[in-house]
Amino acid sequence: MTDLTKLGVAAIRSGVANGEFTAVEVAEAFNANVAAAKVLNAFIVETPEKAIEAAKAVDADRAAGKPLGKMAGVPIGMKDLFATEGVQTTAASHILEGFVPTYESTVSANLWKAGAGMLGKLNLDQFAMGSSNETSYFGNVINPWRRNDGGNAALAPGGSSGGSSAAIAARLCPAATGTDTGGSIRQPAAFVGISGIKPTYGRCSRWGIVAFASSLDQAGPMARDVRDCAIMLEAMAGFDPKDATSLELPVPEWEAGLSGDLRGKKVGIPKEYRLDGIDEDIAKMWDNGIAWLKDAGAEIVEISLPHTKYALPAYYIIAPAEASSNLARYDGVRYGLRDLPDGAGLQDMYAATRAAGFGAEVRRRIMIGTYVLSAGFYDAYYTQAQKVRALIARDFDNAWKQCDLILAPTAPSAAFGLGEKTSDPLSMYLNDVFAVPASLAGLPAMSVPGGIDKEGLPLGLQIVGKALDEQGVLNAGLAIEERAGFTAEAEKWW
Amino acid sequence: MSEYRIQGMTGEWEVVIGLEVHAQVTSNAKLFSGASAAYGGEPNSHVSLVDAAMPGMLPVPNRECIRQAVRTGMAINAQINKWSRFDRKNYFYADLPQGYQISQLYHPIVGEGEIEVILDEKDANSPRKTIGIERIHVEQDAGKLMHDQHPTMSYVDLNRSGVALMEIVSRPDMRSPAEAGAYVKKLRSILRYVGSCDGNMEEGSLRADVNVSVRKPGEEFGTRTETKNVNSIRFVMQAIEVEARRQVDLIEDGGTVVQETRLFDPNKLETRSMRSKEDAHDYRYFPDPDLLPLELDDAFLEDCRASLPELPDAKRARYENELGLTAYNAAVLTAEAETAFWFEDLLSHGVDAKQGSNWLMSELFGALNKLGKSLDESPVSPAQAAELLKLVADGTISGSIAKQVFEIMLETGQGAAAIVEEKGLKQTSDTGAIEAVIAEILAANPGQLEQYRAGKEQLFGFFVGQTMKAMQGKANPGVVNELLKKALAD
Repeated sequence: MTDLTKLGVAAIRSGVANGEFTAVEVAEAFNANVAAAKVLNAFIVETPEKAIEAAKAVDADRAAGKPLGKMAGVPIGMKDLFATEGVQTTAASHILEGFVPTYESTVSANLWKAGAGMLGKLNLDQFAMGSSNETSYFGNVINPWRRNDGGNAALAPGGSSGGSSAAIAARLCPAATGTDTGGSIRQPAAFVGISGIKPTYGRCSRWGIVAFASSLDQAGPMARDVRDCAIMLEAMAGFDPKDATSLELPVPEWEAGLSGDLRGKKVGIPKEYRLDGIDEDIAKMWDNGIAWLKDAGAEIVEISLPHTKYALPAYYIIAPAEASSNLARYDGVRYGLRDLPDGAGLQDMYAATRAAGFGAEVRRRIMIGTYVLSAGFYDAYYTQAQKVRALIARDFDNAWKQCDLILAPTAPSAAFGLGEKTSDPLSMYLNDVFAVPASLAGLPAMSVPGGIDKEGLPLGLQIVGKALDEQGVLNAGLAIEERAGFTAEAEKWW
Repeated sequence: MSEYRIQGMTGEWEVVIGLEVHAQVTSNAKLFSGASAAYGGEPNSHVSLVDAAMPGMLPVPNRECIRQAVRTGMAINAQINKWSRFDRKNYFYADLPQGYQISQLYHPIVGEGEIEVILDEKDANSPRKTIGIERIHVEQDAGKLMHDQHPTMSYVDLNRSGVALMEIVSRPDMRSPAEAGAYVKKLRSILRYVGSCDGNMEEGSLRADVNVSVRKPGEEFGTRTETKNVNSIRFVMQAIEVEARRQVDLIEDGGTVVQETRLFDPNKLETRSMRSKEDAHDYRYFPDPDLLPLELDDAFLEDCRASLPELPDAKRARYENELGLTAYNAAVLTAEAETAFWFEDLLSHGVDAKQGSNWLMSELFGALNKLGKSLDESPVSPAQAAELLKLVADGTISGSIAKQVFEIMLETGQGAAAIVEEKGLKQTSDTGAIEAVIAEILAANPGQLEQYRAGKEQLFGFFVGQTMKAMQGKANPGVVNELLKKALAD
């Protein structure tokens, strides 16, 4: 019998539907992989029983001849930023340790309705703040990939959706949810050689997702290939009246619309992304990507996104500003951690609870955000950053006059070693330099594997599309996938 | 309006007043959640996941609250902003689960407007004054802390958390406690007409932050203090009086007024410092990223406008000009929506406006006053009252009999016609019967008759009274007058 954990979403779904294997067999196989991979620390909570329960329901439906959902029989990992009813939801923080929601996020509920099952809650950077998964209160995740130098140095799986990326790369789940605020789906996908898409802002409901930066947060799928991403995104997306920023639009049939034929499409190459000192392997991969898209029929044009260099500074004002306010609710009064020193008053309780409950990176961003919103600094920082954000959106609007899609690297480097960047937040933040502009503009963007660098590590290519053109992004991703021939896998050592 | 002056050691001082009135929007649900906005209830029984700020919860604007704010703005002739936005006001307190209040600092839904107030509504010549309104914005109320439930801890009740408030900010246009009182009264009247706030100050549906400063007449504005959460019109007036006095005394003693937040203590009749500007919060306002800007289309605005009732100023003018009521009656009948609606209900049953207004203001108000009831609780409905008044109008009973009938109606709830029938109270115009009684009266009072005939014509009223009394009030007064004149002339 085939190793079921080698299969992706589409293959599992059709295998279950055709009776080649049962959903329970699939769930058991992945449960076993999860249980055997604790050293990766990809999961905060494992829920094998949930995976089995959902699988049994799918098998029963099939036996009864009932129609099966888009994700029927597919067990997935759920980033621990999504509230899951009855299952601890922590955002990888101490302050929410032990918090068990009485409600289910809209996106996860959509997935369960589509027949998916939950293998567990995936580790992440605390409150999704980080690019390496090292800010988790529950310890860092280890990237299943290793450099080919024989040194066995532990590498970061990217972040913030590092549990998701590592779990898929290590075949602990065929797909997982991610959230992307400034690259948190795309960068970790690139770091482990998988695919991931952040849809247009408003496609997926934010209801029930622990908020980091509301105007940027967007959920999306991470999976082994483009088709799997399309399938899962269809299941996740949709209008939600409980989210005022949700788009009131029908969900397109992205899977059915998949085509690697890019004839008639123009793909822009932003010259500002060719940074001085760009990694040689990254530059080479980008050139390969251009060649593949050309081969798929696309016309390549050079474009300019002139405000690119201001994107990262603007992002690191807007996201912390929103976060400083969004995280005010974790105050020890109603749920989560409460640290009440002897004889303490309300203010003392706030200070003690938040000091103990938030990690260093979260505290740093709360302080930055508080600072940039404070009287006397607001205009210099927040207002300026919002203007920059508008200019960046305008850059893209202008670019769309010349092209339909944009191709760029996902991240400026391959996965780095754990601890390499933790002492230098700025170099860590630079990891998001290519990812952040699309986030600020609310555009759909995807990372697909683009090749292997000289150290044997995967690299990602990023496609950015017009608002609502997830189909165009997925199709370009598919064209690359069909040509890149990316079959490398992390060699199992765990 | 009035020249209200505070006498200080150094001369006269003028007081400058601006009010920020917080009015709870009348709606079934809260501003951003589906939880009930009803007053009362067991603590924490009207709390949704959103109100408790659980992780991942999001606000969604309640259209009805927005509609009420727009209607209120229209009722004060204000500019309605078709584009407005919600901002977060950030601060930590245990009654504020989100750690921020969603409000509208930068782009309020309602802009400049005004209302006209009359200081003394009983005086037709009382001067009128226009008070400017700077803005109305919509925001969330906070929860409530309870400090008396546990020896060392405070409890939190989130029933109020997220309830919609309108903050109505006036210009510093008022110059006396009486003007401020008249302003709040008028504002409350408009809110009740519109139905956007029940104006119930006891339940906290309406409360005011009172900004007060003093200056020598003609000089620049002085430094103001803000006295928070004053919850009755009387207290608003008292707070202004004592705070202005305090400021005058302070300045004349060589001190300076500090810009600060104060509390009014109605028992001690004083204001006390709550916090000074130095410890003021930095609220770090910024646009709420969970909410899109609020954009109102023309159809929505048209619907809001079409739903507005006739407002008190227009109604008062109509009562005076079209119904011919006195200025005083028109003012009293239109001051409160419930009175005007009751009065108009009465007229809809065919009662004459003057007769109806006089009866309502003397008989009905008098009776309700005695019973300690409000108009809403009146035991007699407009339809029942109309039945009574029509019996007077068509001569079936006299005015004095009507009073007796009304008493019985209040006691028994019976209809006027039935009472008149049952008790035989119908007025008579039977000239024969009346003439017979007149003859008896004249015969029984020869002295008065002689005086009358000698020229003391004031005694006519005496004969009328005697006749009516003898006929138990049932004689038609017009017929009695006519027949008496004839008999006395004989």
